[in-house]
Amino acid sequence: MFKQKNYVALGAVFLVAVVLLSLPTRATARLKLAIGSWFLPLFGLASAGQQLPADLADNLLPRRELLKEVNDLRRENQQLKSQAVQTETIRRENDQLRALFYLQRQSPWHLKLANVIMRDPANWWRTVRIDRGSMQGLTNNLPVLSADGCLIGRISSVGLTDSQVVLIGDHSCRVSALVENGARDMGVITASDPLDTSLVELAYLASNVNLKPNQTVVTSGLGGIFPRGIPIGRIADFRPVEYGLYTEARIKLDANLGSLEQVWVLFQ
Amino acid sequence: MNVFKSILVLAFAFLAVFGEATLSAPRTWLGAQIDLLPALMVYAALNTGLSTVATLAVFGGVWFDTLSENPLGISILPLFLVGWLIQFRRDLILRDLTFAQFVLGTAASGLVPLLALLMMLSSGKELLLGWGSLWQWLVMTAAGGVATPFIFRVIDWFNRRLGYAERVESSFRLDREIRRGRQ
Repeated sequence: MFKQKNYVALGAVFLVAVVLLSLPTRATARLKLAIGSWFLPLFGLASAGQQLPADLADNLLPRRELLKEVNDLRRENQQLKSQAVQTETIRRENDQLRALFYLQRQSPWHLKLANVIMRDPANWWRTVRIDRGSMQGLTNNLPVLSADGCLIGRISSVGLTDSQVVLIGDHSCRVSALVENGARDMGVITASDPLDTSLVELAYLASNVNLKPNQTVVTSGLGGIFPRGIPIGRIADFRPVEYGLYTEARIKLDANLGSLEQVWVLFQ
Repeated sequence: MNVFKSILVLAFAFLAVFGEATLSAPRTWLGAQIDLLPALMVYAALNTGLSTVATLAVFGGVWFDTLSENPLGISILPLFLVGWLIQFRRDLILRDLTFAQFVLGTAASGLVPLLALLMMLSSGKELLLGWGSLWQWLVMTAAGGVATPFIFRVIDWFNRRLGYAERVESSFRLDREIRRGRQ
């Protein structure tokens, strides 16, 4: 009797697993969002808990230090204002020149700030979840940047109030990139070592590339997801592969993927 | 069977999955995130009934897959298989020995991610694997083994403090007393 009960349980659990695994992609995504929302109160509590020590530290800061910080910020703000005026003049000039050559006008980037609320619990994926969703206008495949403006990935699925971001270095986030050297060599950023989140591979470079360590790598704009010119990282080293048919380089990422707290979602 | 113990196991599973998704300290220090569900499954298999093992496998697996990029339901079978095997032979296991808990926890924590990976690779998923994955697997296995005796003690402590003791029926009944001698 005991054995029979055992096999019935095994069969029942097997059936549940098979049913869940054979659900269509849309249904799975909806189910994941619905079940994921059970964790939202806990995420709220956790972020409030993380914020508490920072708030306490702010309250304990001496007045002199706060005034110094305010003065520094005022100075930085003035510098940024003058830079913004300069940039606006250059942008207008750029638009006029583009109009002269009948080139399409470049649309400015719009950024939306989001907080990282969790990371993938499995070691074989590189994803994070952010606290902005379709209610804030987010859609699939929007590029995501780190707090200092370097590429970190793209949005892979969107819920009402949260979204999943697949990070650069994961198999499902391939980015067309170019090296800022004389030849502007192009390649594709692919997966990386699961242990080291600071390095990714730049594959499919031509065999005769003129690479040097520390050259800057940016997005090429090909592929239609990532706009041209977003900084990705710097060349760490490179080697020929496939009997010298291609070159592969390792890129040291500008963004620290291991300690993401706030990110920018980029709208065009 | 004590239902409170089953509820406690499920609550711990929920918190464990949430903790794995929010705490990045193990990833920063050890290079891998630790999974506590196999250790919880060892506890459930040794101390609760088959229904709790099945419920933990289904809910724990679904919660884990929900917060992960895993296909939904892929973690259910590896978890249940481990729990089912231990449950099947639990009469032969000295469950109160810390060493036995450690060995079972290590085996479960090593086996569950391997089975899940095998299932995903056979379904054509492209995973982030390399030589570093071997280190991550070793960390997950060892940490799961170390965590298992702690989980036994913590859940038993909560169960003693918050749970209710099962009523033990005595075979002695006043109305069935045989009165001897004259009255």
